[in-house]
Amino acid sequence: MASATDQNNARIHDPSSYIIENQPYYVPVGDEITLFEAAYASYLPVLLKGPTGCGKTRFMEYMAWKLQRPMITVSCHDDLTTSDLVGRYLVKGGETVWVDGPLTRAVRSGGICYLDEIVEARKDTMVVIHPLADDRRIMPIEKLGQLLEAPESFCLAISYNPGYQSVLKELKQSTRQRFVAIEFDYPKAELERQIVMHETGLDAATTDKLLKLAEMTRNLKGNGLEEGASTRLLVHAGKLISKGVEPRPACQGAIALALTDDGDMISAINELIGALF
Amino acid sequence: MKASRSPYTAEFLLEKLEDLYEVEFTFLKVEGLVDGLLPLDRDTQDFILGWATRLLSTNLYISHEFTIRVVEALDRLERRVIEAWAVHAADVFDRAGLRPALEVIQKVDAFLVNAHAHAEGVTFDEVEPVLSTFVCGLSGRRLKLAQGEQVYTDSETLFLPNISARLEKAKDNFLLCKAQVAFMWAQTRFGSFRVDFDVAFAQYPDREQALAAFHALDTVRLEACLERELPGLWRDMLRLEGLHGGECVEEGVCNTPLHSAWATCRGVLHTPSATVNDVLDLIPQVLGMEFPQPVYQPHLNPAAITACMLARMEREKILFRVKLAELMKEQGFDSAQPTEEEGFDSAQPAKEEVAPPEFEARETQEGQGFELVLDDKPIAPPEDVKQLMTSIMLDWGDIPPEFLVPAGDGEYDPALYSKEERDAEDVWKGIYHEEGAFLYGEWDYARQHYRKNWCVLREIEMTAGDPAYVDKVHEKYQGLVKHLRRTFEAMRDENRLLKRQAQGDDVDIDALVEALADSRDGSEMSDKLFQHMHRAERNLAVMFMVDMSGSTKGWINDAEREALVMLCEVLETLGDRYAIYGFSGIGRKRCEIYRIKRFDDRYNTDTKARIAGIMPKDYTRMGVAIRHLSQKLNAVEAKTRLLITLSDGKPEDYFDIYNTQYGIEDTRQALFEARRTGIHPFCITIDKRGKDYLPHMYGHANWVEIDDVKKLPLKVADIYRRLTT
Ligand SMILES: Nc1ncnc2c1ncn2[C@@H]1O[C@H](COP(=O)(O)OP(=O)(O)OP(=O)(O)O)[C@@H](O)[C@H]1O
Ligand SMILES: [Mg+2]
Repeated sequence: MASATDQNNARIHDPSSYIIENQPYYVPVGDEITLFEAAYASYLPVLLKGPTGCGKTRFMEYMAWKLQRPMITVSCHDDLTTSDLVGRYLVKGGETVWVDGPLTRAVRSGGICYLDEIVEARKDTMVVIHPLADDRRIMPIEKLGQLLEAPESFCLAISYNPGYQSVLKELKQSTRQRFVAIEFDYPKAELERQIVMHETGLDAATTDKLLKLAEMTRNLKGNGLEEGASTRLLVHAGKLISKGVEPRPACQGAIALALTDDGDMISAINELIGALF
Repeated sequence: MKASRSPYTAEFLLEKLEDLYEVEFTFLKVEGLVDGLLPLDRDTQDFILGWATRLLSTNLYISHEFTIRVVEALDRLERRVIEAWAVHAADVFDRAGLRPALEVIQKVDAFLVNAHAHAEGVTFDEVEPVLSTFVCGLSGRRLKLAQGEQVYTDSETLFLPNISARLEKAKDNFLLCKAQVAFMWAQTRFGSFRVDFDVAFAQYPDREQALAAFHALDTVRLEACLERELPGLWRDMLRLEGLHGGECVEEGVCNTPLHSAWATCRGVLHTPSATVNDVLDLIPQVLGMEFPQPVYQPHLNPAAITACMLARMEREKILFRVKLAELMKEQGFDSAQPTEEEGFDSAQPAKEEVAPPEFEARETQEGQGFELVLDDKPIAPPEDVKQLMTSIMLDWGDIPPEFLVPAGDGEYDPALYSKEERDAEDVWKGIYHEEGAFLYGEWDYARQHYRKNWCVLREIEMTAGDPAYVDKVHEKYQGLVKHLRRTFEAMRDENRLLKRQAQGDDVDIDALVEALADSRDGSEMSDKLFQHMHRAERNLAVMFMVDMSGSTKGWINDAEREALVMLCEVLETLGDRYAIYGFSGIGRKRCEIYRIKRFDDRYNTDTKARIAGIMPKDYTRMGVAIRHLSQKLNAVEAKTRLLITLSDGKPEDYFDIYNTQYGIEDTRQALFEARRTGIHPFCITIDKRGKDYLPHMYGHANWVEIDDVKKLPLKVADIYRRLTT
């Protein structure tokens, strides 16, 4: 959501102090905002559950703005080490210098730390968040010999997509039971229409076709597709269409090919697209 | 290219065909065939003779019949379509025998009448994978696609022809199939069958005529539905109709101007609220007139629809009620006895006081279908119940109140609600009592196609042998096992600290001190100042497939068992997932897989006893075993998957074609399929002649011959090393 004045230069922010200025566009789908605020007020960490592209990240941005706290996001992956989160020594000009990791920075600045796709991280890495996520709200930094106590405004949130994870990648009970869970799903048709129209500027008729297509791919979930088209994919397709791309190629590129690599499945989705547009 | 080779002479063709069809014994006539083949160019002659030969491996009469018809068929159809036709006949032969297969070949006459000249037809097998997914994406009841003589639906299965060739271009023939599928979907989705065909047409003296008028009118209504729902497809349908309309002079329909009554009907039927009842009301107005017959319109088969619907409505009613009873239990209501808390609170039976909970189907706020409500609380039904509700509503228009009564205890009989399987493949299972068995195709290299559902495989638990056996082996080879352990331990990937790295979690103090010293000396300072924990991530699953054929009797069986004991001992130290299955059987209908150790089984006394129990059985039909075990292997999560066959010889079966090149080619094909899914297959053999056929099946690098069992674990270690380092 870069404004036109940025032109070609990225704006630089320090995530531990940057507070989102403009209200992010977020349409509530249930009571998630109340739940989150209550959890935040009670110093409880939050777990966002839901399929990809259903608005979890957007929700976090919105909450960060609403609570006026800086937010630090970490996308988890299987090489993520404890040091990547907590911090490490670097060598500069013959001296060792300690550098905080994102989690530490969020704790120090009393911001929101959002660990995206938490199950992708190795289990032994994940345990560092345990003392932060229970009522102690502390973070030991062994290498510095420090014990950080999180300020009241600090908030830990993690996200997790239970759908396509394998047994190997399930969230540990000792981790999940520390969090207040908020369940997300694709918004109901009426809200989704509103979101897609807002994000893409498309007319109602074309948006309705996109929604229908989404519904069709969601019917295919479990019948050859791992997941149906998310709200995000509809937004992508819609953006292409409003830039003047023909609907069929726009949906093929933004939806069919994004959903799967299976040849027959791509053909079938393309046939659905062709039937609608 | 064609010109460079001259066509075969009449003498040659006669001799060739006489030879093919063994005319001395069969007395089949081949002179007419020669006349047909003679004027063709060499390339076409070769094509025909090639397919005649391939079909011969299936059945002589089918091949003969094929050769009789193929010349005429070639005039009208592409070769690709001819091939599909021949393969289909062979499949039918496998499944249903000679007569139905001959019928497939003979039916081409009927088929050619409908086909566009020089059509690029599309076969059912080509369209099915895409269109069955396509129709699944459309809302409503799950519909299946199947091959049929005509295009029609019974309201659950959509039947399409083997070959669609009514239009000239393949692309358009595909679109035609798609339009037909969508049309039949629309019939189920927009309530075309919510009609009692027996009652509704009783008043008409000419029932057929009335049904035709009904179908034509309903087609008009559905066209409007499709235009609204699937506008892109509708545009394609109009185009197809245009393509076809230009050519259908002989049907005399498209060019006849329609009576003006049709325009009136169209007006009524194109309103979004039009239902099948409007269609019924309009029948008298168009009775006996010419009516439109668009190319995508399927046949209407009221008998099939009625039979299918009646059975379904009965079944779904009781099934739904059983599901409701289950849901009720899940929600904490127990229909039969008071819940535990109630029993705890008071000693009296609380049963009479509690009113049974009531289900209700309520229209959702968005007006998109119904939601299920239990005692005023909306509940989210599981996916199968949702689909059941959809199906019921398609048949009834809503969920009738009698459906909303949870089933009582006596109504749990699955015979009442489980579906009687009827389609051809299931009948095929039924005849041979193949319930619970796995069916696999087999590759017929002569035919260059799979024989569908050819092998029937069962999984059987290995009977336990002497539990002390493993310990005895262990004792006997103590020294060797120790040595092997060391070998395998060396392969074990462990967490280790890598020092002097350019990046890492920690500063490597030694490196830093050195570097500082260096920089003081004036030399360049290294940037490798970090240490990094390398994390072990072996992610390997291995499946051992053990030959249990009769020929392993004696020392080979002993050798296999001993080798497996040693392997287990060492694999345990590695911590990799491994499974052991034996295979044997007689004939294609009795293929057997013996469970010795599943991936999840521990290496404990039971497993050990099963290893001891491995004994020689019958034959080695390898392809089907590979297919089955590959599936199992693919079901485990692992980065690297290994399929290791322990065998004493080549594939063979009881007086069967499997003893010939056929078996080798099928095994090769099965391995090829496995490799395509990412499995690494290997073979360890004790057959000295292995080199004659194993390279062909497994590839040059993927087999070893051993003369001594004791070497077997070492060979496995080699294979491991090759794959993991
Ligand atoms: N409730 C909503 N309000 C506004 N926009 C939404 C909403 N839900 C989804 N979106 C749109 O969907 C897009 C994808 O959402 P987002 O990136 O938050 O998904 P996510 O749940 O974080 O997915 P992932 O799990 O893949 O990270 C957003 O960019 C936004 O356009
Ligand atoms: Mg996200």
